[in-house]
Amino acid sequence: MPNPKTLFEKIWEQHLVRQAEGEPALLYIDLHLVHEVTSPQAFEGLRINGRKVRRPDLTVATVDHNVPTTAADRFDIKDLVAARQVEALRTNCAENNIRLFDIGSVEQGIVHVIGPELGLTRPGMTIVCGDSHTSTHGAFGALAFGIGTSEVEHVLATQCLLQQMPKTMRVEVSGKLPEGVTAKDLALGIIGRIGTDGGTGYVIEYAGEAIRALSMESRMTLCNMSIESGARAGMVAPDETAFRYLEGRRFAPKGAEWDAALAHWKSLATDPGAAYDRVVEIDAALLTPYVTWGTNPGMVAPITGSVPDPANATSDAESVSIRRALEYMDLRPGTQLADVAVDRVFIGSCTNARIEDLRAAARVLRGHHVHPKVRVMVVPGSQTVKAAAEQEGLDRIFKDAGAEWRESGCSMCLGMNPDTLSPGERCASTSNRNFEGRQGRGGRTHLVSPSMAAAAAVMGHFTDVRSWDYKD
Amino acid sequence: MQPLRVHKGLVAPLNRSNVDTDQIIPKQFLKRIERTGYGDFLFYDWRLCADGSPDPGFVLNSPRYKGASILVAGRNFGCGSSREHAAWALSDFGFRVVIAPSFADIFLSNCSKNGMLTVVLPEDSVAHLLQNAEAKQNYELTVDVEKATVSDAFGFAAAFPIDPFKQYCLLNGLDDIGLTLRHQDDIARFEIARPSWLSGVGGS
Ligand code: SF4
Repeated sequence: MPNPKTLFEKIWEQHLVRQAEGEPALLYIDLHLVHEVTSPQAFEGLRINGRKVRRPDLTVATVDHNVPTTAADRFDIKDLVAARQVEALRTNCAENNIRLFDIGSVEQGIVHVIGPELGLTRPGMTIVCGDSHTSTHGAFGALAFGIGTSEVEHVLATQCLLQQMPKTMRVEVSGKLPEGVTAKDLALGIIGRIGTDGGTGYVIEYAGEAIRALSMESRMTLCNMSIESGARAGMVAPDETAFRYLEGRRFAPKGAEWDAALAHWKSLATDPGAAYDRVVEIDAALLTPYVTWGTNPGMVAPITGSVPDPANATSDAESVSIRRALEYMDLRPGTQLADVAVDRVFIGSCTNARIEDLRAAARVLRGHHVHPKVRVMVVPGSQTVKAAAEQEGLDRIFKDAGAEWRESGCSMCLGMNPDTLSPGERCASTSNRNFEGRQGRGGRTHLVSPSMAAAAAVMGHFTDVRSWDYKD
Repeated sequence: MQPLRVHKGLVAPLNRSNVDTDQIIPKQFLKRIERTGYGDFLFYDWRLCADGSPDPGFVLNSPRYKGASILVAGRNFGCGSSREHAAWALSDFGFRVVIAPSFADIFLSNCSKNGMLTVVLPEDSVAHLLQNAEAKQNYELTVDVEKATVSDAFGFAAAFPIDPFKQYCLLNGLDDIGLTLRHQDDIARFEIARPSWLSGVGGS
């Protein structure tokens, strides 16, 4: 094939509005997702400069970060600063004619959960949002990345973004994921391997047998975590799995439009022989369930492993950061991860709060009871996910096991709403960041998959879900 | 935006790698809808003890570094979330320049949109600057955006890579929305050619 191109290169070229010597490319944005936290200053900027939203019809908003997850508090946000922010989004959307999935909407949810489930997210698109986990949408073969508030303003005003061309990385995952090893483990395994800045400056394309076998929801989990390796975006070439997922969704093209879109989507996959700046090869068969032990997602080990010893670090800087992390996490070198006890379990977030995640957690919990010392919160990613879970009776399984079944939102992924850890509490969390204080000041976060989180909830400590006693 | 040409200032050393945006500005301060006033919350959990008193062990609480406008830190500075509040907090606190061996992508662009310069120097140069800032009283650096150099009064001088467009915007204090709006015709032309199945996802 003459001049073979990668998936990324095709989308980039198809969205180039302008490319001038010595300037970043001007890229057209197909879909701009907006939420309450990173947008108020952008709308304010437009107002100050007398500018308008260029394409409200390509802009969609939801409230997710601040919203309380109990039915009683949802319509009456007690935190007045948060309430003002939510109110600001309502006003901004109304004034600018932007569709908002507000609290109370049956389609409200975490921005990265509702985009795909509404069929807004589609292959070949450029998608941005003032949120780093926008990388999630790359699961569909879209170029999707997070931006800052000034860039949100730029996109609102121009529907374009100035971008330097990133480098490309192919992460080739061969073989099959073993039983009990999920997309979350794959993501943690990759970050553990390339590091929290291994992807900086790159767009990652995940490829190979193990990736093709993943469901759309698993691909979203994987692409979601791309930013944790520093990558600008993560993507998977669109295929039948993606097309089947999309067909019939609320905003997906219909009829002749669907046929035209589909033909285009089928042309997007990377051409044979296309070159990448870096290639990383992973053997899926060697992956295990993982648990993070430190204060960034790269500080991770297999569940069968132990907390590392800073004395064995390869450099002084690494030794210092391990020591600092262990001090914050209150862990001793050499402790088996399976011996680490948890106080809280959080099943939620844009990484792992879709229906398949909830099914996986419920399957572990069925017929078991949560450990008496552990408090478990299950927070569906959207109201659509919540309704689907209730339809299947998953909510009963969670409640029967002693877990809390809540309303949708970001919740304890970052604790901007009332859901937080108290100082010193240790949490098994299906979210994406274990930074200091992320889930509440002094809180200690261990990142795991939904089934690993559910197993920890029952045992009161981490445990290898591969040998779980399923009661189904 | 204020232009940044040559900046001379006091250096504060933050000898940590992977400083994430949750540390630079914790989430409880992201609920505000203003663009200013974040300086008080910079590194909140590190600057203040749990009881709200300043932690004397944290570098930015040391009187020595009061008024610092150049921050030197370890690799992968600004990783994590896209919150521009991190750049606003640094800027509001008084920093105009951050020097590190590497930065996270979104943080880099957030800084440049706010007239802040990020300087990438090799690990050993950063280690040298960290050491000087710790050892020498009133240690200052001069950063020249036009020449793309960093230097001190003790013979340290290094060039750093800078994207020409970013350099141009910093030197002139330009707002890039204004620049893009000059290309409205290109944008309109692009829009006409977009296939119909791409339109109409939003709008109330
Ligand atoms: S769930 Fe967490 S990571 Fe995802 S958008 Fe919400 S706060 Fe961000």
